[in-house]
Amino acid sequence: MKIHKYDTVIVGAGGAGMRAAIEATKRSRTAVLTKLYPTRSHTGAAQGGMAAALANVEEDNWEWHTFDTVKGGDYLVDQDAAEILAKEAIDSVLDLEKMGLPFNRTPNGTIDQRRFGGHSRNHGEAPVRRSCYAADRTGHMILQTLYQNCVKEGVEFFNEFYVLDQLITEVDGVKRSAGVVAYELATGEIHIFQAKAVIYASGGCGKFFKVTSNAHTLTGDGQAAVYRRGLPLEDMEFFQFHPTGIWRMGILLTEGARGEGGILRNKDGERFMEKYAPVMKDLASRDVVSRSIYTEIREGRGCGPEGDHVYLDLTHLPPEQLDAKLPDITEFARTYLGIEPYTDPIPIQPTAHYAMGGIPTNVEGEVLSDNTTVVPGLYAAGEVACVSVHGANRLGTNSLLDINVFGRRAGIAAAEYAQKAHYVELPENPAQFVVDQIEQLRASTGTERVAELRRELQETMDANVMVFRTEQTIKTAVEKIAELRERYKNVAIQDKGKRFNTDLLEAVELGNLLDLAEVMAVSALARKESRGGHYREDYPNRDDVNFMRHTMAYREVGDDGTESIRLDYKPVVQTRYQPMERKY
Amino acid sequence: MATPVLDKAEAEAQAKAAALITVTFRVRRFNPEVSAESVWQDFQLQIDPKERVLDGLHKIKWDLDGTLTFRRSCAHGICGSDAMRINGKNRLACKTLIKDINPAKPITIEPIKGMTVLKDLVVDMEPFFQAYRDVMPFLITKDTNEPTRERLQSAEDRERFDDTTKCILCAACTSSCPVFWNDGQYFGPAAIVNAHRFIFDSRDEAGEQRLEVLNDKDGVWRCRTTFNCTDACPRGIEVTKAIQEVKRALITRRL
Repeated sequence: MKIHKYDTVIVGAGGAGMRAAIEATKRSRTAVLTKLYPTRSHTGAAQGGMAAALANVEEDNWEWHTFDTVKGGDYLVDQDAAEILAKEAIDSVLDLEKMGLPFNRTPNGTIDQRRFGGHSRNHGEAPVRRSCYAADRTGHMILQTLYQNCVKEGVEFFNEFYVLDQLITEVDGVKRSAGVVAYELATGEIHIFQAKAVIYASGGCGKFFKVTSNAHTLTGDGQAAVYRRGLPLEDMEFFQFHPTGIWRMGILLTEGARGEGGILRNKDGERFMEKYAPVMKDLASRDVVSRSIYTEIREGRGCGPEGDHVYLDLTHLPPEQLDAKLPDITEFARTYLGIEPYTDPIPIQPTAHYAMGGIPTNVEGEVLSDNTTVVPGLYAAGEVACVSVHGANRLGTNSLLDINVFGRRAGIAAAEYAQKAHYVELPENPAQFVVDQIEQLRASTGTERVAELRRELQETMDANVMVFRTEQTIKTAVEKIAELRERYKNVAIQDKGKRFNTDLLEAVELGNLLDLAEVMAVSALARKESRGGHYREDYPNRDDVNFMRHTMAYREVGDDGTESIRLDYKPVVQTRYQPMERKY
Repeated sequence: MATPVLDKAEAEAQAKAAALITVTFRVRRFNPEVSAESVWQDFQLQIDPKERVLDGLHKIKWDLDGTLTFRRSCAHGICGSDAMRINGKNRLACKTLIKDINPAKPITIEPIKGMTVLKDLVVDMEPFFQAYRDVMPFLITKDTNEPTRERLQSAEDRERFDDTTKCILCAACTSSCPVFWNDGQYFGPAAIVNAHRFIFDSRDEAGEQRLEVLNDKDGVWRCRTTFNCTDACPRGIEVTKAIQEVKRALITRRL
């Protein structure tokens, strides 16, 4: 076992982690622990753009952007945080340009901008061109640019290190972060990283769904590590289903395709979004479009022999425009479906895409242990976190923005804290939990297989807590997850080795997914209203009287060792905007 | 009612079963904890030919042999984790469909060449990333007065280096290069591609420095223009052309 000491440790090397690392490395001795090589992170899969009211191509301002974000989130957004997001968006984009990001350009050489779902001029009048982009590979360019700048700044990476536990020490009755425990994939060795400040930037947990745009590696490791240590998770019932995933595969086809003029059509060729969102049409917010697609399918207007998808139609757009603005997604259609998007519509269905909820933080990225108390030395940013700038539904292009704005803020705040703070003493036997977990999995002679449990989990999540939910379906999921958690105790792996044991890590990741799926389902069961991405057919309306509040889920362990989830609630921060009915 | 997924599950399962074919995956196995030798191992799979080679590898790992080890993440050709040698050619396992590589014969799968194999299909990527870092892969400007807003760049100037911005650092090109196989000191195509991305960026001011790095004995002049790299690139980058442009820039010293 190796013990390392750093001022600041960052967990994850996607957009938020690397944006934080650039700031933290300038101010403190920083290590970045990442389970993937940094350029493999899923930020690279983001396509459409990053919102900022630059007003390069038409009138725009950050206040309109704030409003759209709050409305898009169905008023569950903390409005002070949304205002910071929209204001700092402008410098965030300019910073990236100065770091070298090759944005598409306007004829006069400024950063070009395009339309995106839910972004409007003057509080919903019409779509506005706010998304700054680099073809349909904006996430790739952000990830590459941030990695390039990490190389420039000499950021210290520990690649293929899996963080499996968060160390917390109570000092004078206050929970403080002492560091993390990591597992080195190459050797199987366990490392303890003592740190004054820890930033979680480890991304989402979409792999508990079957049809998802998420990478295989998005298993909620950061959320699970923090949650297991008694810290809450916020708003986990809110998960975004992106309207346009490739049928059955879930691979993302950017909303930018509709921003460029693409149209959704049912089997009769009808542009059905006109019925559901007369003003914004195909560019309504993602929750609205995904529900509309499934409504079409359920009412028998889906496409194909099984009527289980609809079409994304790009055939009316000039091939030159597709080549210049949407080269990657048109290639995906050709590669994976054998379809030529110049001439044929692309079969799509909603795909599990983004966790709005996560580790609760304030606007400095400081993690909360309840509704108000900060855990000194613990930070989170990006999809793993819940600030909350996305509320009940995130707007497209606001996540690439989130990772840059709050990644930067968390990096600065953590490093400045580390400059002043002392190390917190490590708990006794700091690696014990991880050692036990790994030894148990290696030694297990159980009969359950990781892949089978994961398959069953994904199927129950797709069937029961996806776009449409009811008390009955959610209860089915809760029961199934409980069964799977029980069976997980009896899981065995085949690879007993030390070196690159991905069999072992997949088992650990499944444990994380099961924990988080349970939190999600239990949180969803208790929210008896429909809001943003959480749609209850048995409670189809938003209920501001009872549910204009964030869910806070805590893991509780009884004296007899039984685990349960305790739900609490936190008020929403409202500043400028009173809740209104949401129409697009 | 639930989201209409399970309703169709049975119909889907039947339709799928009808489409399955039997394929042999012949995989190069190596685990130094077990043996110093690498061996071929065959796996028989029932698979839909429209699925990816990566799906086949997952079937092996998840249902047949959990010890099979490979890297993967996004599964749609963006993250660059799963470059491997499939039927003797470098490809991404997640971007190669079974039907496109003659499933009638055994499909051979090996780690990419010229790099130290650590376990099965996993190779040591560190020297590859070191070569990348050596070309100073970041924008360098000399202005002491940074503009308040963005730097301006014409659409034409932006287009000039567009091709090389697509690189995902998967190493398919570098590990397909015969010069790299014979001489691990050679920077390799990927590092040159990433130097090109900055040398031809109108905003960058360190082109000369980067050209000097690549003028080294292990630099661009080692390239023998075999076009293996261009063929191997899963992003369709014209790698050989980019290397030629760097060579030309070295001769004319004009960017």
